[in-house]
Amino acid sequence: MLKLKGVSVQYGAYKAVRNVDIEVGKGEIVVLLGSNGAGKSTVFKTIGGLHKCTEGEIMFEGKRIDQSSPAQIVKTGIVQCAEGRKLFPRMTVYENLMMGAFIHRKQKKEIENTLHEVYELFPILKEKRNDLAGSLSGGQQQMLAIGRALMSKPKLMLLDEPSIGLAPIIVAQMFEVIKQINKTETTILLAEQNANAALHIAHKGYVLENGSIVVEGSSEELFADDNVRKAYLGA
Amino acid sequence: MTARFKHKAVVLSIVLLALLLPFIIQNDYFFHIMTLSFIWMIGVYGLNLIAGYTGYLSLAHAGFFAIGAYSLGILTVKFEIHYWLAFFLACAITCIIGLVIGLVALQTKEHFFAIYTLCVGYIIYLVIDKWESLTGGVRGLIGIPVPPDLGPISFRSPVSQYYFNLFFLLAAIFMMYRIVHSLTGRTLIAIRNSEELAQTIGISTMKNKLVSFVLSTFFAALSGILYASFIRFIGPDISYITMTFDFLIFLLVGGIGTLSGPIVGTLLIVWISQQLQFLQDYRMLIFGPLLTLLIIFYPKGIVGGIFSWKMKMQEKKKRLSMSAKSATQRAEEG
Repeated sequence: MLKLKGVSVQYGAYKAVRNVDIEVGKGEIVVLLGSNGAGKSTVFKTIGGLHKCTEGEIMFEGKRIDQSSPAQIVKTGIVQCAEGRKLFPRMTVYENLMMGAFIHRKQKKEIENTLHEVYELFPILKEKRNDLAGSLSGGQQQMLAIGRALMSKPKLMLLDEPSIGLAPIIVAQMFEVIKQINKTETTILLAEQNANAALHIAHKGYVLENGSIVVEGSSEELFADDNVRKAYLGA
Repeated sequence: MTARFKHKAVVLSIVLLALLLPFIIQNDYFFHIMTLSFIWMIGVYGLNLIAGYTGYLSLAHAGFFAIGAYSLGILTVKFEIHYWLAFFLACAITCIIGLVIGLVALQTKEHFFAIYTLCVGYIIYLVIDKWESLTGGVRGLIGIPVPPDLGPISFRSPVSQYYFNLFFLLAAIFMMYRIVHSLTGRTLIAIRNSEELAQTIGISTMKNKLVSFVLSTFFAALSGILYASFIRFIGPDISYITMTFDFLIFLLVGGIGTLSGPIVGTLLIVWISQQLQFLQDYRMLIFGPLLTLLIIFYPKGIVGGIFSWKMKMQEKKKRLSMSAKSATQRAEEG
């Protein structure tokens, strides 16, 4: 479904991502592990069209997307849920969700149905639909960020560190929700530092260090890998 | 009474007061100042759209105000075109120039955008000042006509001018209200909030910023056109940067990114400066510190400050009711 072939990204003289190959199959959950500054967010932003790759190519469903604008990429079915629960804090929960459906703005009936699905997945959002997004708790904000991304009915969802800064109980809930979303045929590419939780729900994963992929394999293989165990699983 | 109903009642009362004012006060000078304030407000609404709602501070606003004013002046005085045709042509000319400038200016962001538009504003001023054969140069344009009579209604008296400009102000406010509360408005707010985030949900930011920029030039043009046919004389000074700063001060004092901010800010500053006229240039000694204090303590302006205070109160109320609820729950369980 998504293929990154030899992708490199450069900020001035600094090469943030080097020769990265990633493959995400339809219906999979793929995790991108890496510490802070490893280049996970840069990879996500490049897939989403916010950064242009200096080398390599990105294919989505057989078409090259690395020259497309972010708006065009969203229309192809890729949506990003950025790190840090980025919301529109002065808009209500409902308005935030509606902004997520921007590309379907003319299909009112479809938007209503998707909104209903999002409310089913996150009942708290329905309860707080008239509250300002900025007034929600961290966990609720993360739910809203995911809910807003779902409003565009994505084929592929890029989730950048959804567990960051959340209480352990909320983190567990969040990973359950990700599994649930995946069951509705939404493919997920997940960037995480919480390797243990992420590998438990993922089909396969990649480990990114200093902008390069150093290890890749199925979740089981990564669990068994000594370097991964030492660096990310605390073993 | 719901908050929405209360809000509507307040708005209607203010409109009613504005409509009845000529029956309460009979002073030509008062109407002159009020009419000028209405005209400024329309211009400030334009600046509010691009700077307040979209987050792009355009410092060429006086330039577009002047293009609107001069287009009307030149078309009616030099080419003797009918007032209403000139009125629409002046709006169209300004919007087309705005579109061309916007296409280039919006390739830049933040302070680069502000500096770029500052330069554009200065170029517009130079063109008006130096192109004597068309604009009259420093001598300006004299004898711009007032709007022609509409049946028995003439626009020559201060009161009729007051109503004429009030009509356009109300239309401008209504337009702004519709824009801000539409998907376009929310899109602009999303861009102001984070352009990157707006892009990740599929918003074409360039297209929407351009729409906002052109609409802001439209409001500036409308304001300039009304100014030209009210004062009936225009000079290059109306395109100077000090004029842009006047618009900006009205907006900052009232509340940037709010619907009622331009009205509050313009009325307050215009009337305070009128009251301090006797101090001549020394009035800036009072104005300067007052503005500084306002910006320090109310960075969102008067209206923005009131909104923030209201929200804090609501949050406090919510917290109190939640803690009372949990206390009752605990008591019931215990």
